[in-house]
Amino acid sequence: MSTFSPLKEREKQIYMKGEAPFDMTCDTKSAAGSVSQRACVFCGSRVVLYPVADALHLVHGPIGCAAYTWDIRGSLSSGPELHRKSFSTDLREKQVIFGGETRLYRSLTELIDRYEPKAAFVYATCIVGIIGDDVSAVCKKVAAEKGIPVIPVHSEGFKGTKKDGYKAACDALGTLIGTGDTSAIGKISINILGEFNIGGESWIIENYYKKMGVDVVSVMTGDSRVDKIRKAHGASLNVVQCSGSMTYLAKMMEEKYGIPYIRVSYFGIEDTARALYDVAAHFSDRPDIMEKTKALVHDEVSVIHPEIKKYRAYLTGKRAAIYVGGAFKAFSLIKALKSLGMTTILAGSQTGSKEDYEILKDMCDDGTVIVDDANPLELSKYIVDKKADLFIGGVKERPVAYKMGVGFCDHNHERKIPLAGFEGMVHFAREVYGTVKSPVWGLLKNER
Amino acid sequence: MKTSTMIKETDAKEATTNACKLCTPLGASLAFKGVKGAISLMHGSQGCSTYIRRYLISHYKEPIDIASSNFSEDTAIFGGGANLTQSVKNVIRQYEPELLGISTTCLSETIGDDVPMILKRVRMEDTERKFPPIVHVSTPSYTGTHADGYVAAVKSLVDSLAVARETDAENAPVNVFPGMYSPADLRYLKDILSDFGLNYRMLPDYSETLDGGPWTTYKKIPEGGISVEDIASMGSARASLEFGHVTRFGETAATLLSTRFGIPAYALPMPAGVKATDRLFDILSEFSGKPVPEKYRKERERLLDSYVDGHKYTFGARAVIYGEEDLVAGMFAFLTEIGVIPVLCASGGTSGRLAETIESLTPEGFDDEVTVMQAADFGEIEQAAMDIKVDLFVGNSKGYSVSRKLGVPLVRVGFPIHDRVGGPRLHHIGYRGCQELFDRIANAILERRQEESGVGYSYL
Ligand code: SF4
Ligand code: SF4
Repeated sequence: MSTFSPLKEREKQIYMKGEAPFDMTCDTKSAAGSVSQRACVFCGSRVVLYPVADALHLVHGPIGCAAYTWDIRGSLSSGPELHRKSFSTDLREKQVIFGGETRLYRSLTELIDRYEPKAAFVYATCIVGIIGDDVSAVCKKVAAEKGIPVIPVHSEGFKGTKKDGYKAACDALGTLIGTGDTSAIGKISINILGEFNIGGESWIIENYYKKMGVDVVSVMTGDSRVDKIRKAHGASLNVVQCSGSMTYLAKMMEEKYGIPYIRVSYFGIEDTARALYDVAAHFSDRPDIMEKTKALVHDEVSVIHPEIKKYRAYLTGKRAAIYVGGAFKAFSLIKALKSLGMTTILAGSQTGSKEDYEILKDMCDDGTVIVDDANPLELSKYIVDKKADLFIGGVKERPVAYKMGVGFCDHNHERKIPLAGFEGMVHFAREVYGTVKSPVWGLLKNER
Repeated sequence: MKTSTMIKETDAKEATTNACKLCTPLGASLAFKGVKGAISLMHGSQGCSTYIRRYLISHYKEPIDIASSNFSEDTAIFGGGANLTQSVKNVIRQYEPELLGISTTCLSETIGDDVPMILKRVRMEDTERKFPPIVHVSTPSYTGTHADGYVAAVKSLVDSLAVARETDAENAPVNVFPGMYSPADLRYLKDILSDFGLNYRMLPDYSETLDGGPWTTYKKIPEGGISVEDIASMGSARASLEFGHVTRFGETAATLLSTRFGIPAYALPMPAGVKATDRLFDILSEFSGKPVPEKYRKERERLLDSYVDGHKYTFGARAVIYGEEDLVAGMFAFLTEIGVIPVLCASGGTSGRLAETIESLTPEGFDDEVTVMQAADFGEIEQAAMDIKVDLFVGNSKGYSVSRKLGVPLVRVGFPIHDRVGGPRLHHIGYRGCQELFDRIANAILERRQEESGVGYSYL
């Protein structure tokens, strides 16, 4: 890989721990002409709102944005599955020239009549921002006519990064919150934020809280329903996972409704236990909750311990590379890998902030490469140079790992197995063990 | 034949539900993957290229790099000139490509960037730099589908690269323009052409770039593909063979070469089914002056033998076929050969020519009713399929949810195959493709029969 040279614009987004002063440039747009693994504003909004299962999700724009996000995520619903359908206004040349408001109006009314959703989200994509449709006005009109909330999500792809999309989605949720009746909600109650029920993860976590005696008012947005979101302001505490996507909403709710929030992660034994203890500690006037939590953690850990131990024996000393959407996820992954005896040799994210990278740096050993918004060339170079045994990333990173003969574990929204909580840790360990130990790598190394 | 044609109103009617099409630049990127040393750049916002990459990667399971000029709000207001200029330079520096293929997205098309102008300026302002050939194709998604993007990119490649050269007529190559087939199909097609001893140029050729082996060092651009030099020589070929039923209307690579250089263009249907494949072999025989090689004669014989052995299983089975218009037409021709009734033929394609194409492919004596749906989505396909009895779905992975709902098997063909391994290794064309498909379809029917039987015989 002697010919490899990062784009000049990228030099400040790659850092090797132990080298030079650390001054990560992030939060920037990807360099023009790079093959970024990043997505767009719309993608951020779609990720956050997608699991709301009884809402209509209409993508306003040409077909692509809707087609590429059709049923690709593993967010499960215990009831309605309207979110799994992909609706698009599928704009044609005529609307691009003369405007798409009429088509949007007709699409909305017809779809609402047919599916009777509890609310509708209308995603404005790039083209809509250019042709100048007044999406808000159309939404307002339809909302008045149909008597359900019709919420515009301003997610034009070019107007920022995925993070701005999270914000737009939080704004959309914000319009629902505060409109429901909270009289039946008790004091020992929380909202779970930033949890999307991939492979049933929300159910696993909700179950823990149930055992602790804590009521979950709403999950945003895993297996969620419009009516539950409307009542979210009745909870006493917001428990925010995956800081990137929903801290903004937690802050909003703190300001507006005085609900405090804590940041947690449900990934790995250590972080899951920490999350549950933190919640229990919040309700300190009810010591019984902490007691139950301790018992719960003890029970759960003893159940999974033997299996984890078996994997750890094999995985100790193996090396992992991590490239994920948000940096917060990377923190948990590093810890979880450590608990399996593994070291992290590359850590990066699409959307980390400066503070995130500071934390990352402190968590990693010398020689660990830290990257922001990496491209496939860079990723492949480092996993080879650093002799990774495992790569953790999303679908776009998988072939990079496989081509280079490195095991892979999907840690994105497209996966179908739950990795959260204690139970999830077993799935994770099994995945990692299965890919690292697979005999196929041995065959590759014997080539020629 | 009674064909009731339902043409979906794209304007007055409701939204698209579960699209049975993809967007135009995806097809263009696929075509660019078939050129040696080529890298693809999308002029527009980051999201489009990332989504398209992910979609392609999930099918081909190979690294697929597509750069983006990455619009920001300023770009959208002031035009994409600066971004495109910087992108071209960055991509060339980082990938050192032999060809840069640029496709536009809805965004850059709508704001009206004059891409050829911008590219001209890039070259003029930087005379120091050695630029590889840059091919631009205009692919706004609001005017077509991925199938149109594919055809348009192939045409653009020929348009900007092919030149007329002195060649002796004997050794002049034959141009081959395949449809959106699998890498395995393309490898097979190349074998056939070689076995006839033909000097050919096939564009695109992603048979290796999208289906290769493991690497020891990372390749910025995977090996394989037709070289720029070979595309140039397409301008002095002795004939062009172009596959497809629907997409070959309008100006295509072959017709362009015919008008510009007087190269005779032969339009062939997708070689799916015995009859369509026979036509291909006849024409190759004619070009090469050689009889059909023994290997393929035997393949054909075995195929016919298997048709006979299995004809009772396939006869009368009622199938839904969907996907790109060319694929649907090809599968129609094949299925009607083996007694399957394609009761519903649907495509998200917007050419408006699917119905007449199906009509023209209908064999003599066929007396069943066929519904053709143009510009259709899976919402409509589901509804239509609910109303008629069907036994089988033939199409890509995206029809799975409907086939599951109806409780009928899905025989996966085409693109994308997102829920099985081996999509790029599926065969659809030639005797081999027929054989594979016939076996899979007959077995899908048998399997269902076996599962539904109360007895569960192991001897059918
Ligand atoms: S904007 Fe156009 S090119 Fe981009 S994803 Fe949407 S349809 Fe495709
Ligand atoms: S058109 Fe815009 S919103 Fe849609 S995928 Fe592309 S960048 Fe994202």
